[in-house]
Amino acid sequence: MKILGIESSSLVASVALVEDEVTVAEYTVNFKKTHSQTLLPMLDEIVRMIELDPGEIDAIAVSGGPGSFTGLRIGAATAKGLGLALEKPLIHVPTIDAMAYNLYGTSSLICPLMDARRSQVYTGLYYFKEQLETVMKPSCILVEELAGIINTRGEKVIFLGDGVPVVREKLGELLHVPYVFAPAPVNRQRAASVAALGARYLEAGKVISAADFAPDYLRKAQAERDFEEAMRQGKEKELAAGHSVREGSL
Amino acid sequence: MSSHDEVFILAIESSCDETAAAVVKNGRQVLSNVISSQIDLHTLFGGVVPEIASRKHIEKINPVITQALKDAGMTLDDITAIGVTYGPGLVGALLVGVAEAKAIAYAKKKPLVGVHHIEGHISANYIENPDLEPPFVCLVVSGGHTHLVIVKDYGVFEIIGRTRDDAAGEAFDKVARAVGLGYPGGPKIDQAAHGGNPHALEFPRAKVAGNPYDFSFSGLKSAVLNTINHAKMTGETIVVADLAASFQNAVVEALSDRAVHAAKEYGYDRLAIAGGVASNTALRERLQSECKKAGIRFYRPSPILCTDNAAMIGAAAYYEYQKGTRHGWDLNAIPNLKLGER
Repeated sequence: MKILGIESSSLVASVALVEDEVTVAEYTVNFKKTHSQTLLPMLDEIVRMIELDPGEIDAIAVSGGPGSFTGLRIGAATAKGLGLALEKPLIHVPTIDAMAYNLYGTSSLICPLMDARRSQVYTGLYYFKEQLETVMKPSCILVEELAGIINTRGEKVIFLGDGVPVVREKLGELLHVPYVFAPAPVNRQRAASVAALGARYLEAGKVISAADFAPDYLRKAQAERDFEEAMRQGKEKELAAGHSVREGSL
Repeated sequence: MSSHDEVFILAIESSCDETAAAVVKNGRQVLSNVISSQIDLHTLFGGVVPEIASRKHIEKINPVITQALKDAGMTLDDITAIGVTYGPGLVGALLVGVAEAKAIAYAKKKPLVGVHHIEGHISANYIENPDLEPPFVCLVVSGGHTHLVIVKDYGVFEIIGRTRDDAAGEAFDKVARAVGLGYPGGPKIDQAAHGGNPHALEFPRAKVAGNPYDFSFSGLKSAVLNTINHAKMTGETIVVADLAASFQNAVVEALSDRAVHAAKEYGYDRLAIAGGVASNTALRERLQSECKKAGIRFYRPSPILCTDNAAMIGAAAYYEYQKGTRHGWDLNAIPNLKLGER
């Protein structure tokens, strides 16, 4: 089975082709160009390098969130367009799960961290016992809350992700358990992990049509949060009157 | 199905709050035109919320494209090229259409043609008017744009006038909100104005120093808002129909007078309108009669082609395609794309 993996949930852009148990190609950049500029040219490079006929792909595994809203949508729209044109199914792989899969086989508790801003992290907790087991499913929580959960479990933890440099210091102050940080080859999102974990989902029949695929943001739009807050305070009319956004000029 | 002289464009548009796809033959014949509007969703917030619009685009884009192909009785194999709006607009919204279009073009090995949203609006006029060809003058009016443009050739534009402050559609939205008509302002004011007296209230007509074809609507907008506030404070009742009609009349006069004057001054005998505000009935009527007086032929798209749609993008993409415009797999959304840029 040939699985195309697409990962664009953070600054990392990554495309991979995993066939059975082999990563045939993987192209990852962690650079400030937009995914709109990088993702499809990277796929094109892979296609040419390994002489791949895109029609031979069996399914497209996509890092489905959480993460950068815009990043997730560029990956999603790319996969949806490919799925529509090639008539192939998509596989929704939770971003945090795929990150944990980078550290397959470790005996420690695995804790991926993505910077969610506003003192929060997108995170989850996992360990390996024959396969990836979820201790805490992907969540958007405060660092303090996460540290509390980890301290309660009392096990050694390995952290990875772009949230590490942001909350490293704070974790040091809060944690009472031993911990390490994953090294460069495995400490960021990788499309090969998305594709490899996607292959397990495919075996289990967990696919979704290109039409139905949408990211799982784990967070509402700011305007919706404001609206809900205003509803609680009975100010919805005021909000509707003050909020208008139109952009663009010649 | 296709031969050398038949070009079928699959066009995709997602620059604001409509997810749209269309199939257009040879730039003028619309084989399908599917629009999924999010307007109800944004009414709650009194305007378009970019993040919500982008999320909705992702949900709708594949079904909209599939429907457009189905309505045209075609598959992607029959399509010659993919056209897509890549600016101007809301960047997050644009990116959905751009990424989708690129992926489809890539997978099916079709040429990719990026289209300027306003070039699309102007090109909407070609669809229902087989005789219309450049050069002509075009008044572009929407929620984000107010421009007087000379269309010198397909895809070649000279902007001779623009708004110094608010876009015309923006003024409609703000006034509609202030008198409690809600969102979207354009159609609401248009409707409310029907029973009103356009001369009941006198609002200022701004002259803009330096360029007879530039527009300004902020003074007018403030005058209307002052009238409303003054009435509130003194306890007078405002006849919404009269206020809407008087405000609309002031906007329509400013727009049509400059457009007709420009056509005469620059020596063009054809004038077209484009953009969301181009479906305003008072504007269409006034331009129709003013053009007739001046011996100018007046073109206006049907309301469905004035709103954001993909058929107009297909029309524009066809002429870009014929000129050899091709975009690469690194095509990005450009929220402030200038008209005439590639």
